[in-house]
Amino acid sequence: MTYIVDDRENGRFRVNREVFTDAEIYRAEREKIFERCWLYLGHTSEVSKPGSYISREVAGKPLVMTRDKGGQLHVFYNTCTHRGALVCRERSGSQPTFLCPYHAWSFDLQGKLVKMPGPEAMSPACNADGSLDLRPVERMEEFKGFVFICFDPGVMPLVDYLGDAADYLAYVADQGPEGMEIVGGTQEYAADANWKLLQENSVDGYHGAPTHVTYLEYLRSRDGAEGVANMKPGQGFGWVKNLGNGHAVSESIGTIPWGRPYARWVPGWGEEARVEVEALQAEIMERLGPERGEVVSQGDRNMIIFPNLVVNDIMAVTVRTFHSPEPGKMVINSWALAPVGESPTSRERRLRNFLEFLGPAGFATPDDVEMLELAQKGYRNGGWNDCSRGMLSDTKTKTDELQLRTFWRRWNQLMTGGAEGELVGP
Amino acid sequence: MTRILTRTEAEDFLYAEARMLDEWRLEEWAALFTEDGEYLVPPNDNPDGDPAKTLFLIFDDHHRLRERARRLLKRTAHAEFPRSRVRHMVANVEVEAGEGDLQRIRSNFVVYRSRGEGMEIYPGHAIHDVRHVEGQIRIRRKRAVIDTDSLRLQKRISIII
Repeated sequence: MTYIVDDRENGRFRVNREVFTDAEIYRAEREKIFERCWLYLGHTSEVSKPGSYISREVAGKPLVMTRDKGGQLHVFYNTCTHRGALVCRERSGSQPTFLCPYHAWSFDLQGKLVKMPGPEAMSPACNADGSLDLRPVERMEEFKGFVFICFDPGVMPLVDYLGDAADYLAYVADQGPEGMEIVGGTQEYAADANWKLLQENSVDGYHGAPTHVTYLEYLRSRDGAEGVANMKPGQGFGWVKNLGNGHAVSESIGTIPWGRPYARWVPGWGEEARVEVEALQAEIMERLGPERGEVVSQGDRNMIIFPNLVVNDIMAVTVRTFHSPEPGKMVINSWALAPVGESPTSRERRLRNFLEFLGPAGFATPDDVEMLELAQKGYRNGGWNDCSRGMLSDTKTKTDELQLRTFWRRWNQLMTGGAEGELVGP
Repeated sequence: MTRILTRTEAEDFLYAEARMLDEWRLEEWAALFTEDGEYLVPPNDNPDGDPAKTLFLIFDDHHRLRERARRLLKRTAHAEFPRSRVRHMVANVEVEAGEGDLQRIRSNFVVYRSRGEGMEIYPGHAIHDVRHVEGQIRIRRKRAVIDTDSLRLQKRISIII
């Protein structure tokens, strides 16, 4: 089966809709993509204290990340090595051991089996090789606080995998003078659509004006018409970039109407906020210099990291990851990322700003989800998607589709075993 | 000194609110709030959180809750066009004194949303902090807590809870 048609000469790029619906393709991508690529697990700030842990699923597998007493990070499969029950049933916490509820084996935060009832019934050497310790996930690496795991022991180092996306994660990490942290509160929601639809949507500027007209009307009702007038359906602005290995970014500097807590003031925040926001901006400019400071504070960036991480630095910073438990469904987790040590007023402004657009009850995300579900329903008719916008032009704006093609070229290459050379294209 | 609401008065108020939401009289619903009114839905994993410090699902000030109501009535609010059918059930109503001139109404709810092929069920409890304004009960703050571990089943909150 042909998954994509990448006709560079004639400027046509098409995606076979079976990639969103077919059960065999779904099974193949679990093996060829989710078992092979680096996947986002969480942020170091979520286990900032020695002795703390979080548990969550990555691509459907229950994992637990701990920080041991010595400060070292570990990621284990959350399953007892005895008969398989989850050893950690809470989302987060702090404790010296995990006690399996089934037969009361207990494991320390380094995964070591430290106790079991009635050990005399077991061979004295039963754990000499460590096979009864919690099984560590094959690979775990961290970049600027973002912790990724990989189920393939032979995967390339994370920083090589990230390619140019590493620079963009660094822009986000640079916002806070003391680094960034995940704010408490998880938005865990779902959609009746395949996971790849959300990756496309998260970096697609073309849908912004038509899908989110009511959000723009909200901004206008609060802040006035000036900035909003720039966003018209199909109007190109900003640029998009292939960041390597299927990662892509859609970026613009200073042309978007919404406010940025770090640091672009809008009238709806009131004059009092203006003083603080301008001071935050000044701190960034001074610390990073005018050029990088401008990019970090005024740049609006939607970034996808292949396969299933989104880091959108827009009216707030959101970190979003998702997977499909079956072809036509997805589960989404999203969080807010914010500067460590942010003032209470700025933090509150950030959270309010996040929710004006983002999340399952925001003024925009539910409409995105609706579009993904409508598309998934439309795929019952089969056929092909068209992602050709901007293919024949030298400059690619946010309303073009190079970012989608970048994702699909990588997806196709991993699924078909194609050459790396296919990844770079118009 | 404000007279304490009877349970019947509180129930009548919550029933009237529920009917406005079920009948999509959303601007009337928004008008139930005081000028400094707020509408909050905390995240599933931190139902007791503070919205200034925790990422909520909804953290609406008065302007935003009014705009939420207006937005949902538009054809371009795609998630609710065509509109879903909504039914709010309200029970276990209790009234207690609140801070200052506020009174606190506690209630349990189940909200059903049906549209197209699916139906979502939102079980939860609500805290309405209300005061009398010119003889009318007005909501200073409504906090609706959805009592599920995540929104995996409900998927989204595109209606008013």
